[in-house]
Parts: sequence; structure tokens; C-alpha cells
Amino acid sequence: MTIKGKAYIAGIYEHPTRHAPDKSTAQLHAEVAKGAIEDAGISKDDIDGYFCAGDAPGGAWPMVDYLGLNTKKLRHVDSTETGGCSYIIHLGHAAEAIAAGKCSIALITLAGKPRTGAMPPRAQGAEADFETAYGATTHNAYGMCAMRHMHDYGTTSEQLAWIKVAASHHAQYNPHAMLKDVVTVEDVLNSPMISDPLHRMDCCVVSDGGGAMIVTTPEIAKSLKKPLVRLIGHGEAMKGPRGGKDLDLTYSAGVWSGPRAFEEAGITPKDIKYASIYDSFTITVLMQLEDLGFCKKGEGGKFVADGNLISGVGKLPFNTDGGGLCSNHPVNRGGMTKILEAVRQLRGEAHPKVQVKNCDLAIAHGTGGLLGVRHAASTAILERV
Amino acid sequence: MSEAKKYPAPVTNPETAAFWDAAKQGKFMIKRCTACGEAHYFPRSICPFCYSDKTVWEEASGEGTIYTYSLMRKSPTGPYAIGYVTLKEGPSVQTNFVDCDLEQLKIGQKVKVVFKPTDGAPLPFFTPA
Repeated sequence: MTIKGKAYIAGIYEHPTRHAPDKSTAQLHAEVAKGAIEDAGISKDDIDGYFCAGDAPGGAWPMVDYLGLNTKKLRHVDSTETGGCSYIIHLGHAAEAIAAGKCSIALITLAGKPRTGAMPPRAQGAEADFETAYGATTHNAYGMCAMRHMHDYGTTSEQLAWIKVAASHHAQYNPHAMLKDVVTVEDVLNSPMISDPLHRMDCCVVSDGGGAMIVTTPEIAKSLKKPLVRLIGHGEAMKGPRGGKDLDLTYSAGVWSGPRAFEEAGITPKDIKYASIYDSFTITVLMQLEDLGFCKKGEGGKFVADGNLISGVGKLPFNTDGGGLCSNHPVNRGGMTKILEAVRQLRGEAHPKVQVKNCDLAIAHGTGGLLGVRHAASTAILERV
Repeated sequence: MSEAKKYPAPVTNPETAAFWDAAKQGKFMIKRCTACGEAHYFPRSICPFCYSDKTVWEEASGEGTIYTYSLMRKSPTGPYAIGYVTLKEGPSVQTNFVDCDLEQLKIGQKVKVVFKPTDGAPLPFFTPA
């Protein structure tokens, strides 16, 4: 059994807003749903599968009602919550449901407003009494990974800075990007230290906004007008300290989700023309590239240096929309936008200055939770048909 | 400074109550599985490695080395250093480093447990040995 080629991404939409104090969160979900539905050229009443995560107010059933989905037709819902990579997991689950005949047109939405106001606290697990007081945040949890990666492999702040530099080169062409200025390695190193060894410019932006996609059957996708983009491999995985045995914060669950996706797709990292890589922090990108097999473990620093991630310059163009480091990180969750830019690249709809030539194979990979504590990862491999 | 910082009291539950009772006596406890011999942290009643229910409380030495850390400089309650300590007994535990110059922390440094008060049971932290 495989989902290879059984589901197509037929509609995408990324909200242009980065700050939405005048809108509700549910409204943003509706706006991105409408955008993706119109992009696909379908009717909302044809949607028979709905996917959302923890950012959807109240979860699936209030959203299905608020969005006015056709409940006579809707027959599959999934509210898997794995933080920022939820939507990459949803894509795989939608493909599974489509392959099993459980739905034929699935809508996946993400939206929220962390820039406008505080987000609700994350639900706590059995570890709460043994961890909450120590104040793990995104910054210091990823700082702990970077600190150990530097210790074990000699990775440097200069190498991490190249990741931000590459993102900024791409963001200059994105009219919606929050940070459009091209920056240098020195700019990153001179930005204030937030949580050692991560500087402010090693961190992604905080933005309001959202995105959505429509996933459907090969037959329906071919009846629509958009360039054909299909899912050919998918993986998901989780990792945590697991009782504190053999703790190793220099790798992520991507070491498991990546190979699963590549195996299903029947390709290797060398075949990938464009990579959307989760970029909550620069260290996130570096670790994922190693974990996915774009370079050996410990060699991520060398791999990302000297512009190797810049489209038209380096070997692996990444996050050509500017990514979370420069464009947006809606709801503090970058998984949706990773898929959306990969689809734009495969459709040939990326900005001409960053469009990868003959882009037929792309990866969208994300993480959710805290790499330094416990997290999920998901990998999607997409093909232009 | 960290001394003045107010830490939340553990909620505790039947599975972990013995840990917090021991903490009140200044003892730092881990769980060990008598079936597979592995120690783990935080404490569970079922061994996370072999799924045996033959887990027993064991007082740890409270000694270990810093696996990693990060000094959080932008915090409304002042800078603090979060990290993991690999205990002499094996498991690595999440903690904060206290009562020291946070700028001087190093991976591999030897540390020991210290307890800090809350409105309930005290919480374990680590400081240079």
C-alpha cells in the first residue's frame, strides 16, 4: 500500500497579511479557505474532507460549522495536532483518506494572530511538574540544540548566519515579506544575542496570517485548470527525551520521517530541485538538512555556507519566499507555508528571480513542538506531473 | 536573580507523589526498573524501555555533567540558563542552572542538585559542583 501519486494539491492560498488586528482568527481561516477553493476552481459545497490543527478556534466541529461546509457531503475530518508541522501531516493523512476512498476533496486550513495578541498556552503532558518551571521556550530549546551541535561538530554562528542570509536574498522579491532587506553574515552576528548561541536574526518572525490548500484525487485534479502537483512520498515521526536515556539533541525526528518519505517516493535527496525546510530558527534548517540526508550529520555548517541555499547561486535553493526567517511564520507554525512555496515552485509560479528552472521534484519538511525537548516531524515529497 | 525568582509549585499526582515527598527531605529520586535495570527520569510507574511495572524509587547521587544549556537573555523575569544534566546514574534531566555566573557555564561541567522552595514541594535545580 502506498499513497504515491494518489493525491494532488489542486488549490493553494497564502494570506497576504502579516498583521491582522482588525480580523478574527476564524475569519482568517475562512479567508484562506476561500482563497484555496477559488485557486482550485471548485465549489466549497464539494468539499468532503476537512483538516485543521490547534490553531482552529474550537477545533474541527466549530470550524466546519463556521466555514459553512456542506455537512451532507463532509465525511472525513482530522484534527491531528503536532504544532508547526501539523499541516504537512494533514497532507499525508488527506492522501491516505483519498487513497482509501474516504474523501475526494479535502480542505486544510491554518490561521491565527500571534502578532496581535498572546496565543493560548500549549497543553501540558505528564512531564509538566518536571519541566514547566525551567522555562523552556522556542528560543532556548533550539539554543540548546545549537549549543550541543557546535560542541559535537564544530558548527559556527557564521555558518548558521548563512541560512538567514540566503532567506533574505529570497525575501527581497516577496512583496508580502515582513523583512525584505538583504542581510550579511555580519548583520546576523551583530544582532542581539537572544538565547545563546542564537542571535535575533537566527530567529523567525512572529506574524499573523495563514494559509490553506485543497487536496484531491488524480481524476478531479486533472479536470481542473491548475498545473498538476502530486504527493509521491510522505513521512511522519516523533522524538523526545524518552526517560532521559541516550539524550542527543543534535538530530531530530526528521531522521525517521525523511527516509520514509524518500523511500515511498523512490527518489533520493540528490533528485530534489527545491527544498522548503522548516526555519523557526537557523539551527532548525541546518539540523533538518542533515537529518533528511542532503549532507552527512555534522556537515550541515559547511553545506549551508557561502550561499549554497540561494536560488540561482547554490546547489539547493531553499525557502524561496523568504521563509519563516524573513517572510512569515503564521501562528508560529511554518508547515503550511512550506508546502505552499513548494507548490508554487512546481507550478512555476514562484517569483521569476527565485524560480528554480525545470523544477519537477520538491520537498516540504517541517517540525512541530520543541527540537530541544519533544517534537514531531513530517516530510512531503511533491512532483510536478 | 534566581534566588528571588518565584517558581510554580508542583501539582503532583499519585504516580509522582513519592518524588515530591522525598524532595521535601532534600532527596533527589529517580526510578529504576528491576526487570531491565535501566534508570529513567521523570519518574513513571511503567518502565518506558521494557514496559515492566517493576519500577522502584532510588535516591540519586545528585551529581552529573552539563549535556547542553542555553542562556536566555530576553526574559521578563531576568536571564536564566536552561539545560540538560546527564546524571551519574545515566538519565539526562531538564533543569535550570542556579547560584553561579551563568556566563561561565560549559558543556561537560560537573554539577550537583540543589532544591529551591515553592509554595508546595521544592524543585530540583543544578549548580556547579
